[in-house]
Amino acid sequence: MSYARALRCRKCGQEYPLQPRSKCDFCLSPLEVTYDYQAMAGVVSRQKIESGLKSMWRYRDLLPTEEAEVDVGTGFTPLIKADNLGRELGLDRLYIKNDCLNPTYSFKDRPVSVAATKAREFGFDTLACASTGNLAASVAAHAAKAGMKAYVFVPSNVEQGKLVGIAIYNPVLVQVEGSYDDVNRLCSVVAQKYNWGFINVNLRPYYAEGSKTLGFEVAEQLGWRAPDCVIAPTASGLMFTRIWKGLDELAMLGLIEPINTHMFLAQAAGSAPIANAFAAGTLHVHPVKPDTIATSIAIGNPADGYYALQVARQSDGGACTVTDEETIAAMKLLAQTEGIFAEAVGGVVIGALKKMTAAGMLKKDDLTVAFITGAGPRTQEIVSDVVQPLTIKANMESLEEALGVIA
Amino acid sequence: MSRRQVMFTFPQELVTEPLIFDLGRQFNVVTSIRRADVSENKGWVVLELEGNEGDIEQGLAWISGKGVRVDPVDGDIVEG
Ligand SMILES: Cc1ncc(COP(=O)(O)O)c(C=O)c1O
Ligand SMILES: [Zn+2]
Repeated sequence: MSYARALRCRKCGQEYPLQPRSKCDFCLSPLEVTYDYQAMAGVVSRQKIESGLKSMWRYRDLLPTEEAEVDVGTGFTPLIKADNLGRELGLDRLYIKNDCLNPTYSFKDRPVSVAATKAREFGFDTLACASTGNLAASVAAHAAKAGMKAYVFVPSNVEQGKLVGIAIYNPVLVQVEGSYDDVNRLCSVVAQKYNWGFINVNLRPYYAEGSKTLGFEVAEQLGWRAPDCVIAPTASGLMFTRIWKGLDELAMLGLIEPINTHMFLAQAAGSAPIANAFAAGTLHVHPVKPDTIATSIAIGNPADGYYALQVARQSDGGACTVTDEETIAAMKLLAQTEGIFAEAVGGVVIGALKKMTAAGMLKKDDLTVAFITGAGPRTQEIVSDVVQPLTIKANMESLEEALGVIA
Repeated sequence: MSRRQVMFTFPQELVTEPLIFDLGRQFNVVTSIRRADVSENKGWVVLELEGNEGDIEQGLAWISGKGVRVDPVDGDIVEG
């Protein structure tokens, strides 16, 4: 059983029963799962969590699911102390949460695992989503594991390499011709018409909750404390708000001290509606037309942008944008200092880390955690210029000549 | 009858024009405002339109032609 109590509108406070639903009927704002924290506090403890599964499901008591989870082995990914990168940037206490190491190579397995579990509870036999890669792969994998059908909609310009990582799980893969806006419009109609568990539409409030486990894990891995600073990428803004909610809940439950974590969000300069609003000091997130190599976070009209903005503001954090060139340089820096090959989004995070440290926004002795949320191989074409082998003949002479060894 | 939920963003020069009223009247769609924030230099309005599909489409084309930005309320559904 779970301690989830209701869905609540983030804007007007209207409550709804725990059913599939995407937004508030009155003000059309996003909904959030609320819990009976008093009852929850009576059952959770550090010891209980520590003796649980070595996966995100060790935090089951803090998630909104009732029945057995749909789990492909997600979570409890490494939190590493990044001394080499820290030295390079001038940060003494830098950690990296390496969420590339999930079953489908991105953090999306966390929210999708929760959404798929709820979908099965609600009696849906089909999962669906619209995605440019990470989400689609995760949804297809979870549907396979759960024995459900999957429909995934992808824009027609998605790279072949990404399609393989989706199709291998055998979903119905629908490639949609037309502009990005056309795909959005179609999917919105599809989500209304069919009785499917549409991951980021009618399952979105539950989907969101999975990302809290990023905050839970980091706090536990730090020995039950919150970081001083968090830096994480944002697209729709959802994950960023849930890392914060995760930390906040642990404090509320008395599992960690009251938190004073500064939340910094990173966006690609070519798709930065939230960071733009932060810089402009406004509360309204104006949609933009995305243009960036970081395609996984190229969202121009972010559904939870306003709430991500609020978290950055209220936590006395910030927002930073990173150009494509800076992104690529930072991907290489991360790989060449810490041995972690992240996708472009990781480059955006490390690029932002570098800029904000240089600007004095992050302090040398702050305990800072950077979230690396997706793995490199899915978008490896963008750094293919690193391949510059020494080509030699199969003899020692040729080798030593190439290596510059004086015989 | 169909329904469409959209967000309009108005640039400064259009804030004082009765475009939502005109949209309703000229295209025979019922407009129901759910959330809004309008100041003298810009504004946005989240609203639901009800009418027949063709009228809604034409109305939205008309208002974007006037310089109002039209976006879906759900945000982008296509994710990374
Ligand atoms: C690798 C990666 N990181 C971060 C994000 C951002 O997620 P959100 O939409 O919750 O802001 C995405 C999602 O699209 C992603 O694919
Ligand atoms: Zn509401």
